[in-house]
Amino acid sequence: MSATRSPSAPAPISRWRVFLALLRRDARVMRRELASFLISTTFQPLLFTIVFGFLMPNMGLVQGFYVSALLPGILAISVSIASLQTVALPMVAEFGLGGEIEDRLLAPVPIELIAHEKMVMGVLHGVLTALFVFPLTRLIMGPVPGLTLAHGGMAVAVLILGCAAFSALGMVLGTAISPSSVSVLFSAIVGPMMFFGCAYHPWQGLSVVPAMKIAVLANPLVYLSEGLRGTLTPDLTHMNLAISMSALGLIAAAFWALGLRTFARRAIR
Amino acid sequence: MIVETRALAKTYPGPRMPRRRSPGADEAPASHSPNVALKGLDLEIGAGECFGLLGPNGAGKTTTVGILTTRVRPTSGRASIDGLDVTVDPAKVKRRIGVVPQRPNADRKLTVEENLTFHAAYFGIDSATARARAETLLTTFELADRARSRVDQLSGGQQQRLMIARALIHEPQVLFLDEPTLGLDPHARLALWDILRSVHARGTTILLTTHYMEEADRLCDRVAIIDRGELLALDTPARLKARAPGGTLVELRLDGDAAEVAAAARAVPGVIESSVEAETLRVYVERPGEALSALVLGAEHAGRRVLDVHLAAPSLETLFLSLTGRKLA
Repeated sequence: MSATRSPSAPAPISRWRVFLALLRRDARVMRRELASFLISTTFQPLLFTIVFGFLMPNMGLVQGFYVSALLPGILAISVSIASLQTVALPMVAEFGLGGEIEDRLLAPVPIELIAHEKMVMGVLHGVLTALFVFPLTRLIMGPVPGLTLAHGGMAVAVLILGCAAFSALGMVLGTAISPSSVSVLFSAIVGPMMFFGCAYHPWQGLSVVPAMKIAVLANPLVYLSEGLRGTLTPDLTHMNLAISMSALGLIAAAFWALGLRTFARRAIR
Repeated sequence: MIVETRALAKTYPGPRMPRRRSPGADEAPASHSPNVALKGLDLEIGAGECFGLLGPNGAGKTTTVGILTTRVRPTSGRASIDGLDVTVDPAKVKRRIGVVPQRPNADRKLTVEENLTFHAAYFGIDSATARARAETLLTTFELADRARSRVDQLSGGQQQRLMIARALIHEPQVLFLDEPTLGLDPHARLALWDILRSVHARGTTILLTTHYMEEADRLCDRVAIIDRGELLALDTPARLKARAPGGTLVELRLDGDAAEVAAAARAVPGVIESSVEAETLRVYVERPGEALSALVLGAEHAGRRVLDVHLAAPSLETLFLSLTGRKLA
């Protein structure tokens, strides 16, 4: 009846503290599963690197500068898969039958904070993957013509924007699909996205198929691949950096906002 | 009032039922629209009370708990915890409640102990306090030797105890338990009742849902009987039982329609009330021993054979039956 609170009303809790606790939980789990995670996200791109970045250049089947276009692309593919998976797979699993996410949904913070944390974790995972893939790719490929770290700061900025876009996309997909459709998600959405994301060739190269050159602009991976080319191998033909970064920023912001909504819709019935 | 609902209603959009976790939960009769889970529920629960929500599957128990724990949005009406509206101040409400789900949903990526310490961290509790509390709870709930185990390695009873420990680690004012003993063996059930009694004894308000009348009877200060989203009765178990039709329930299962036997049954001395459901005749009598032979004879005169006889003392079960004409479980 009365609106008065009991005298033992608990003290309010800092959202930051809870956010860090959520992040710590994910970091603990990540540490435990790091090996299997890195294999599942980077194995295929690295195999691709061996064939197209090492074997074929050595056979003389592709020209030496192809690796300059390929390295940023491999990096883009690896980090985008990592960011997307880090968010999408746990969302599907934990919202699924077991309802494991419940203990975090019951944390005394607005529900959106949990979604923010997951997406931030996706970005961190993507950046971590880059730190693993970049030196390894360079090692496999050998000397990469035109590769420079002179714009390292910009490269990191592109990387973070790209990871945010894919992390948020992972949230949208992970909260919108049922556990039984996970394999469909990967073959129907992620597969084409990886192949038509200008990771294996510069976007300019698509001038030979103009319709495709326009169509792939709907794919966020294009901007990440081109953005990384623009910062890591800037001598090579690449999309204007301002355009690729703005596109990544807009896509990240849009998916992030949408992800918050789909998460909340999933969380509260 | 620490827990309060006013005209609380919930209709789930679309044809889907709320996510149910118990097998066979879809047994709600066809006449019951599957979308309407709650039709204007009024409840007031005082601080320190142990309150039971008793009803069959599909009664609206899980939905009620879902709304009170901020996990389900009500369609209309109001619900509050400690004076805080659950839809306006969900974060503050969550600060005050602990929730034990119908099926254990521990974080399987973490160990048993981490499930407790991380949950405490989500409530802003520092790690030293969290570890100390976790240790105490693990000992209390006989899980100390499993502290570093994976959750998957625990038995059903152990997982359920872990869920209660988790719900208590941030010292909530109100503890919600949704069918806490569903699927537990009798020994584990008794152990859980002891735990709940000691939690209650420490002054924590408890709201539990159950479709076991014995559980409500043994544990609760007051019980609300709900069915099809509506409150049918609310009182102490003793007074509810007193409201049950007097006498003992004698249930006869016949080899055919029981309607013709009902008239004969009403003529038997000591019979207070009788009802018929298809092939089942239910009679409330003062002295079951004396009336039984007359009832069986009456059935045989009407050309029916008695296949089965069931006797039940006045209980929440017989009250539920007389209120709804259906059995609890």
